[in-house]
Amino acid sequence: MAYTIIAAQRHPHGAWRLPDYDRTCATFTWDEARSRMSGLPGGGLNMGFEAVDRHVEAGHGDWEALRCVAADDSVTHVSYADLAADASRFAHVLDDLGAAPQERVFTLLGRRRELYTAALGTLRSRRVLCPLFSAFGPEPVRQRLALGDARVLVTTEALYRRKVEEIRHRLPGLAHVLLVGPVADPPPGTAVLDRLMARASPVFSVPPTGPEDMALLHFTSGTTGTPKAAVHVHEAVVAHHATAAFALDLGPRDVYWCTADPGWVTGTSYGIIAPLTHGATLVVDEGEFDVHRWYRILDSQKVAIWYTAPTAIRMLMRATPRDGHGLPGPYDLSSLRFVASVGEPLNPEAVVWGQQVLGLPVHDNWWQTETGAIMIANYASGDIRPGSMGRPLPGVRAAILERGQDGRAAVTGGHVRQVPHPGVEGELALRAGWPSMFRGYLNEQGRYDACFADGWYLTGDLARRDEDGWFWFVGRADDVIKSAGHLIGPFEVESALMEHPAVAEAGVIGRPDPVVGAVVKAFVSLRPGCRPDDALRRELLAFTRRRLGPAVAPREIAFDQNLPRTRSGKVMRRLLRARELGLPEGDLSTLESRSDGT
Amino acid sequence: MTHDEALAMIRAVIEEAVPGADLAAVPPDEPFRERLEMDSLDFLTFVELLGGRTGLALPEQDYGALATLDGCADYVASRTGGPPAAPS
Repeated sequence: MAYTIIAAQRHPHGAWRLPDYDRTCATFTWDEARSRMSGLPGGGLNMGFEAVDRHVEAGHGDWEALRCVAADDSVTHVSYADLAADASRFAHVLDDLGAAPQERVFTLLGRRRELYTAALGTLRSRRVLCPLFSAFGPEPVRQRLALGDARVLVTTEALYRRKVEEIRHRLPGLAHVLLVGPVADPPPGTAVLDRLMARASPVFSVPPTGPEDMALLHFTSGTTGTPKAAVHVHEAVVAHHATAAFALDLGPRDVYWCTADPGWVTGTSYGIIAPLTHGATLVVDEGEFDVHRWYRILDSQKVAIWYTAPTAIRMLMRATPRDGHGLPGPYDLSSLRFVASVGEPLNPEAVVWGQQVLGLPVHDNWWQTETGAIMIANYASGDIRPGSMGRPLPGVRAAILERGQDGRAAVTGGHVRQVPHPGVEGELALRAGWPSMFRGYLNEQGRYDACFADGWYLTGDLARRDEDGWFWFVGRADDVIKSAGHLIGPFEVESALMEHPAVAEAGVIGRPDPVVGAVVKAFVSLRPGCRPDDALRRELLAFTRRRLGPAVAPREIAFDQNLPRTRSGKVMRRLLRARELGLPEGDLSTLESRSDGT
Repeated sequence: MTHDEALAMIRAVIEEAVPGADLAAVPPDEPFRERLEMDSLDFLTFVELLGGRTGLALPEQDYGALATLDGCADYVASRTGGPPAAPS
């Protein structure tokens, strides 16, 4: 192993919330975790109630829930009582609009106070929250609003004009668009949220909610077909709460900063729900990524727990290398107690960089949209094996399954088999049944059923387990691209390219990149008469960026009139990847995109 | 380089970093990153291209000066020996 094991961290002034991994694993049960929830006064379980109401009812309404840092560094403090009142007003607004329980409320927002208002008002009133990424272009936004049966959309005037106005006529089910923040001139078919909120009562009783009622929808991408909307239920809060204590050491009044965009599952599970259930104080950064800004926030807000992404860590590493002069200014990070990352594998160098530059190693962990909560992690109280995902959370059983011809877990007569020895690669699988496991893909039972075999959830990730039980990510078992921690479905990108009149065919892959893991690269063959020149290349880049947005659009386009195809005519992305990486084209088993940049 | 020369070059560099960027929609004195939906990677590409085109070293601590088109132009003009724009 190139990097030595980093010994367990000592807690600066107390005890870790998971002091003894093996002991907790032996005794932990999800029933015990369920009993730590307050539950609704009349019975039942509601995620929003656990996040906000229970602190207010316990007399902690004055605790600081949100600390919103504006782009100009000014800070707004929001107490749990304020947050409850905001969320109550929003719930009444939904009632007044006639949105029924279980109907979908989408957000298309950056990190800002109103995101929390909308999320918690939606959950507390038994509607379903579906956050979208504001860097999506109009087409991904339209597709997700349509697939998720959006009834209400909460966004800003600028985002509405840029991404929604032109597609609104194709969304007949979208009855209400609520605009937050300053609105200069509300477009037709929109309403100004502030005005509606001003008339609404700040008191709202959470209605009876069952633990299996739908609470969240999160879109994720597959290799083929449309994006899938993973359904999570209110009971997921049990796992959000327990895992945040175990894997992030979160507790009451901890100042906590999750840098994930609210449009991705991390931004909801650990950017909203989990920390609030613990009574923590959430730093809400409304500004752009900027190295100095980030160090400044860690310092000035006295952040204790920081949950970020490998891509962000690697961008900080570029600016403040390990062999440089340390932090780029007189920043005091002494309040920082625990640093974790998620999104794609954290390269060993980044773990060590954290130790030297931040003063703390970075603890990587692993989970997916479908798992709803952290499943495998490096813990504060345990050793870190740099480059490893860590070990399964208490209550989570993970295994490495033998693979079949198609690269996925082999299912024979309804049964799967675990690999015979440590160190053997296979598909990572989780024993089904933890509280935050997704309960379906909305309106797609077949795709949901295909994710399970023999009582296991098949993750689509390839991994191996070492002889001591640490898991190591190897790659994806399919063609999905992981860029900056986000999954991008190649099919979505190829479809957009094919809509350009010059494009005959397209194949899209992830090209390994040292900072973001993988960048989206498209190989395109042109229709007769079209010239493969730089002007067309730029036109295609602009065309896809306009439709898909910067989060999904390809960054590189190569022309290739001879795209490799299967006999049935499908473009072989694996072969494109092999050519791109200079690997032998015959050896397809080793071509999974290694997104850890090592 | 004068302010206007720098401004023209910066617009060209942004267009190269962000194909299809709607520069007409960006007032020169307003931050352009959010308006053009430039993520961190786009911004890095922009900074690298700008450094290559001007021969200037662009350290992280100066990124704050590169938030607006005017800011960029002033920065480049002053470091390449040109006069800053007259206050308008």
